[in-house]
Amino acid sequence: MTTKRHLHLAPWIFTLGFFLAWEIICRVLKVSTFVLPAPSTIAQAIWEYRNQLAFHAMHTLWMTLAGFGIAVAFGLLLGMALGASRLINAGTYPLLVGFNSIPKVAVVPILVFWFGVGWVPPVMTAFLISFFPIVVNVATGIATVEPEMEDVLRALGASKRDIVFKVGVPRAMPYFFGSLKVAITLAYVGSVIGEQNASNVGIGNLLTRASAAFEVPLVWAALVVLAVLGVVMYVITALIERSMTGWAQRSDMAAA
Amino acid sequence: MTTFVDIQDVTHVYARAEDGAPAVQNLNLTVREDEFAAIVGPSGCGKSTLMKLATGLQFPREGTVIVGGREVGAPVKLAGMAFQNPTMLPWRTTLDNILLPLEIVEPHRSRLRKHKAEYVAKAECLLAQVGLKGQGHKFPWQLSGGMQQRASLCRALIHEPKLLMLDEPFGALDTFTREELWCVMRDLHAAQKVTIILVTHDLREAAFLADRIFCMSARPGRIVAEREVEFPRPRDLEITYSAPFASLVQELRGHIAQARAAA
Ligand SMILES: Nc1ncnc2c1ncn2[C@@H]1O[C@H](COP(=O)(O)OP(=O)(O)O)[C@@H](O)[C@H]1O
Ligand SMILES: [Mg+2]
Repeated sequence: MTTKRHLHLAPWIFTLGFFLAWEIICRVLKVSTFVLPAPSTIAQAIWEYRNQLAFHAMHTLWMTLAGFGIAVAFGLLLGMALGASRLINAGTYPLLVGFNSIPKVAVVPILVFWFGVGWVPPVMTAFLISFFPIVVNVATGIATVEPEMEDVLRALGASKRDIVFKVGVPRAMPYFFGSLKVAITLAYVGSVIGEQNASNVGIGNLLTRASAAFEVPLVWAALVVLAVLGVVMYVITALIERSMTGWAQRSDMAAA
Repeated sequence: MTTFVDIQDVTHVYARAEDGAPAVQNLNLTVREDEFAAIVGPSGCGKSTLMKLATGLQFPREGTVIVGGREVGAPVKLAGMAFQNPTMLPWRTTLDNILLPLEIVEPHRSRLRKHKAEYVAKAECLLAQVGLKGQGHKFPWQLSGGMQQRASLCRALIHEPKLLMLDEPFGALDTFTREELWCVMRDLHAAQKVTIILVTHDLREAAFLADRIFCMSARPGRIVAEREVEFPRPRDLEITYSAPFASLVQELRGHIAQARAAA
């Protein structure tokens, strides 16, 4: 019981400890604000720029969720196709891996040529950067259906489609939700990169402007806001995962 | 009685076999309608391959496989299968697992939604027959291995298959559970008209359950001996301790030992 309490408190204690250590180091070594502002300075900046930060954060949140949503839909469909067909799998993997290896910062200029500056490049970048783990995980879940299960169903006259939808897709759900936790953080990175280079609003754009003006505390404040939003989104995804795939988390390891 | 499964001179080579050597060669076997046949043989001799051939999951390179009077050219449909691994879907309750074949096989597939209650009653009746009365709402991972195997037998029988294929279904169970399940299987066979092919490496199991026992040679597998089992039905577990039973098991042992020595 006490271990469980400890486990609940641990994230808070570790986070607080981290910031406390940071604060102490900054004060004791008298680090200049320009190099590394102390957490108290950053907190001050957050409070000072709260309206601006909130406005831009909301925008980034929307960009991220839109890109993530598209990535989920696309990733599920492509993952299903890849998992169900060895031919499609073998055929498209090199393309997919090759595409995924391209740094998405390099793609943003092309998006600007196509769509201009605005909301499209951040959404597209968030989508492009986050769909890959979803595809791979869904495909793996479907392609690794136990051969005996497949035999049972095929001997009943089940079609490939029956097997994919009755066994493959439900079986892939833990993999899918697991990949969402990776994808949501990636989508964040994507939308911020998009905003930095091709948008007039959003935390990414705020970062670009603040660093150009050497407003160091504001830069740090924006980063902290990003990190907090990222954690919140991750937690929400993890909670959804837990409620959707309880059957897959029955080991003591998952419960501990 | 008429022949139900007829395997004539079948040779099978797996497409993905590295050495290209056949898994079974010149295999001949006939099983009569409603008969309980058992196939015993050393590990790796092609017993599971035989099951896949008889259900149309694999097609022979040479020879013909005839099931229910028709040559097998596609998965036979309507066959029930159970394996050593119960392969229950963990996200479905035991009852929903048992109903799974009905979501595939016609005419049940199109009737299932409207007549759900009727099918659920049938599944619960089967559950009671295998000693799992009232356990249908549990998830398979809440059941022991033996209980999961019982449920897997229910799943294999829910759509009243003409042919039931059992591939070492009791291989992973302890002796007591296994003997309990022998009796369950015996009673299911008595209650439902169905042709059963049981693959096993347990000679006592084959002798207790089957009407006829086929012994296979080592790879490439073929039938080296065929033996009628004449013990009257219904059989009691007691007979497994009788002298004729022991001598039958001994005789089967002899065939298998010969098959292994020849390899
Ligand atoms: N999918 C497969 N691809 C290639 N070889 C296989 C495959 N399945 C089985 N075999 C080979 O065929 C032989 C017979 O296998 P199997 O029928 O599973 O034996 P048993 O069930 O009697 O133990 C074995 O030597 C095995 O290695
Ligand atoms: Mg086998």
